[in-house]
Amino acid sequence: MHRRFDWPAHLVLLLGVGLFAFPVWLVFAGATQDPGAINRGDLSLIPDFSHLGIFLSVLLHGYGKNESQPVWHMLMISAGMALVIAIGKIVISVLSAYAVVFFRFPFRMTAFWTIFITLMLPVEVRIIPTYAVMADFRLINTFAGLTVPLLASATATLLFRQVYLAIPDELIEAARMDGAGPIRFLIDMLIPVSAANMAALFVILFVYGWNQYLWPLLVAADPRLDTIVIGIVQLVSGGHTLTPWNTMMAMAVLAILPPVVVVVAMQRWFVKGLTEVEK
Amino acid sequence: MASLELRGLTKSFGPLTVLHGVDLTLADGEMVVIVGASGCGKSTLLRLVAGLEQPSAGAVVLDGRDITQLDPAARDIAMVFQNYALYPHMSVFENMAYGLRIRRLPKAEIRNRVDHAAALLGIEGLLDRKPRALSGGQRQRVAMGRAIVREPKLFLFDEPLSNLDAKLRVQMRAEIRRLQRRLGVTSLYVTHDQVEAMTLGDRLVVMHEGRPVQVARPTEVFSRPADTYVAGFIGAPSMNFLPARLAQAGRAAALEVGPVIEFADAPRPGPEGRLLIIGIRPEHVTLLPAAEAARGLSLAVDLVEPLGSETLLHGRLPGGAALTVQLPGMVPVGDAVAVALPAASLHVFDAESGRRLDPAPATPPAWADAGEVAVRPE
Amino acid sequence: MERRTIFGGWLLPVAFVLPQLFVTIFFFLLPAGKAIYSSFTQTDAFGLHTRFIGLANFINLFADAGYRASFGRTAVFCALVTLLAMALALLLAVFADHEIRGRAIYRTLLIWPYAVAPAVSAVLWMFMMHPEVGILGRLLNRIGIPWNYSLNGIQALGLVIVAGAWTQVSYNFVFFLAGLQSIPASVIEAAHMDGARGFRRFRTIVMPLLMPTTFFLLIVNLVYAAFETFGTIMALTRGGPGEATETLVVKVYRDGVINLDLAGSSAQSVILMLIVIGLTAVQFRFLGRRTLS
Repeated sequence: MHRRFDWPAHLVLLLGVGLFAFPVWLVFAGATQDPGAINRGDLSLIPDFSHLGIFLSVLLHGYGKNESQPVWHMLMISAGMALVIAIGKIVISVLSAYAVVFFRFPFRMTAFWTIFITLMLPVEVRIIPTYAVMADFRLINTFAGLTVPLLASATATLLFRQVYLAIPDELIEAARMDGAGPIRFLIDMLIPVSAANMAALFVILFVYGWNQYLWPLLVAADPRLDTIVIGIVQLVSGGHTLTPWNTMMAMAVLAILPPVVVVVAMQRWFVKGLTEVEK
Repeated sequence: MASLELRGLTKSFGPLTVLHGVDLTLADGEMVVIVGASGCGKSTLLRLVAGLEQPSAGAVVLDGRDITQLDPAARDIAMVFQNYALYPHMSVFENMAYGLRIRRLPKAEIRNRVDHAAALLGIEGLLDRKPRALSGGQRQRVAMGRAIVREPKLFLFDEPLSNLDAKLRVQMRAEIRRLQRRLGVTSLYVTHDQVEAMTLGDRLVVMHEGRPVQVARPTEVFSRPADTYVAGFIGAPSMNFLPARLAQAGRAAALEVGPVIEFADAPRPGPEGRLLIIGIRPEHVTLLPAAEAARGLSLAVDLVEPLGSETLLHGRLPGGAALTVQLPGMVPVGDAVAVALPAASLHVFDAESGRRLDPAPATPPAWADAGEVAVRPE
Repeated sequence: MERRTIFGGWLLPVAFVLPQLFVTIFFFLLPAGKAIYSSFTQTDAFGLHTRFIGLANFINLFADAGYRASFGRTAVFCALVTLLAMALALLLAVFADHEIRGRAIYRTLLIWPYAVAPAVSAVLWMFMMHPEVGILGRLLNRIGIPWNYSLNGIQALGLVIVAGAWTQVSYNFVFFLAGLQSIPASVIEAAHMDGARGFRRFRTIVMPLLMPTTFFLLIVNLVYAAFETFGTIMALTRGGPGEATETLVVKVYRDGVINLDLAGSSAQSVILMLIVIGLTAVQFRFLGRRTLS
């Protein structure tokens, strides 16, 4: 290499990497150590690999108290919620964007703007009345309640609408002359053509679903519906004098791992998709 | 293979009428080119035939069957689009096969037809590629292949060459013509490029403001343009137009710039002094030697464009009218030249309607004594 | 805005928009409408009679010093979270845009934290900053700085700000990096030829070209800080000690879900709605043309 070693860049980036990696490393190392030692403040930054079994034990048994679900169950609820929300939002948004862009029907623009409005009504601004509506629908403490009300997505609908609007008219006309009707066109053309957008959106929505906190807190008090995020926060902000620290730390690692794997594995689509979705 | 008949085809978008009742008949195997400036309605006409849009009035009849109400896919028509409209996520083979698969043709038959068309177009080696891995010319061939495999009764071409560079366009133009002759499929071809129109069509339809202003063989459109619009549109550089009046009882035109030119053929009808427009193509204007300058028009040259095989002069006649002259070869020219307008090369148009004014027929009907009427005091 | 080519029929498209419309109407519009309705009414203790009381709920709300304090606290919190998260992300993005060895790895290592839930990042920070157990919390106490965020309100607010910002850096990093990479190399080269280098080039050439991205991120970060940090705060301090970390959203939750003050919390919801609508409107006014054109 002819270039000089760019040490300021490496220094800044390494510090940045450390800022994010350190807490996770700390928690991972802590999980493998003796809870008594952690309590005394003797937390070592070198993991004790002979204690990796803690992860298995947390997975299978939770944190020991009777009301706790095993962590694998929380992970299943989280994964279920993330998958249903991600796939559901994509399907629902593809269908409505397709309808709005490729058809003319009564109240088409009214429907579009109604969907658009959801952008301005995040869960946080309608905490109280939402609970009442959920109770009316008997959705409190149900898996459907955890997911279905979150399936509307103005962002995804706007994205697909933009993607569809950018498809040249002639492509549609060619498909029509080839004999493709509306459904065939959707399946044979639109979905394959926008597959990359869907992959990007999947990553974003999977993380969104996995990371939900306020919504499950509101509508699912039943411990059998605890997600891993709810589980760990309850444990940490509740009685953490009773639970061994290494158990909590192991749980935190398990809460972070799945969405991180999804983001890193699909990084290429994610980075491109994120900047497209939000603009 | 079939004949196509358009009957009073009209299309309005709200208050705006873009097609005013077009009648046109294509014989079996004929290639007709619709040519016109953008916005003349030529693309709309093609889309009505394709069934991509519904006419406001009129009918499309293919092979004796009224298909006006049919879905595009049910019409047995294939279309080649301007930007090719290849399906970006499908391979070349899948692009060509898609329409056949929807029609549920047997796999072997699809394979056969695609291979045959690919061989015809010289794209056998590209069947597994995606469109983005193809050059412009190759995409064009795939788009043609997609139309050919359908074995339709009618081909529609919507400016298929306009996205290619100049050299490739010439090559593909010839190829399309050869292919169409060989397959013998009736074809309707839309373009704004008059060279394409002249070279490709058995007949031309020159469209202007939603109406076909002339339907004729290319040579006839060139040599006997039906009106000033066609005359100006076909031929490059464009025909020169000079205002004039009918003189000498219809036997001559008195140009506003001075000279009175006697018609080479026969007298034109109409009253003495009738307003005319005289057209002459730049290549028909002749340069006079200095000695004969007196009997010609003097042209003040303001631009000389040597093109190699010919030279273009742009200049102004006395009075300010512009005139373009095309001379063969490389010609050294001064600032002012004398030019002549040979009577045999003049096109005569009525100034008011813009229509071509032909000599009176041998047995003159109604206007036989028009000249006398005109001289009657009023 | 509109396509030229469309398909006929209206049954299919109507069936296709219905699922999303259903969710929107019942789980978004209906609750929002109810919130607006109850913010203008008062229900007696037995829940039998409801009467319209105009703006009284809102007047009471702003008469309450606690609510006003929460408003101010939220403003400070949002401003600092946004500033911290954006500044750090910009710094990292500028260096990650350098042509250095291993930059793909650096990028991955700076992007993954996007996946960490705000609530879970708070848990990580708790493990670090806990006064007795946390490695940094203990260190502070040992070197003579009394550190206990569950007693000291300022420390608590500082901690939730840092934890809140930490979670958002990756998101900003992705956008800043994309923004930097979209600046044509020729522009930078031209600046080079003009003799602008180092920080001057950054300030006079790069930063102005990055303004749209920066403005977009500003709005997104403000919305994030105001709303999505709920989990961060609940996990670390539950709004305490006292009201030291009680932002507007935490207060709505405390007043509505825990103290069951329907009228008051509805009025608070309506205020929050106005804030989101305002921020969204600003965002679309300046940036949304592309989205809606």
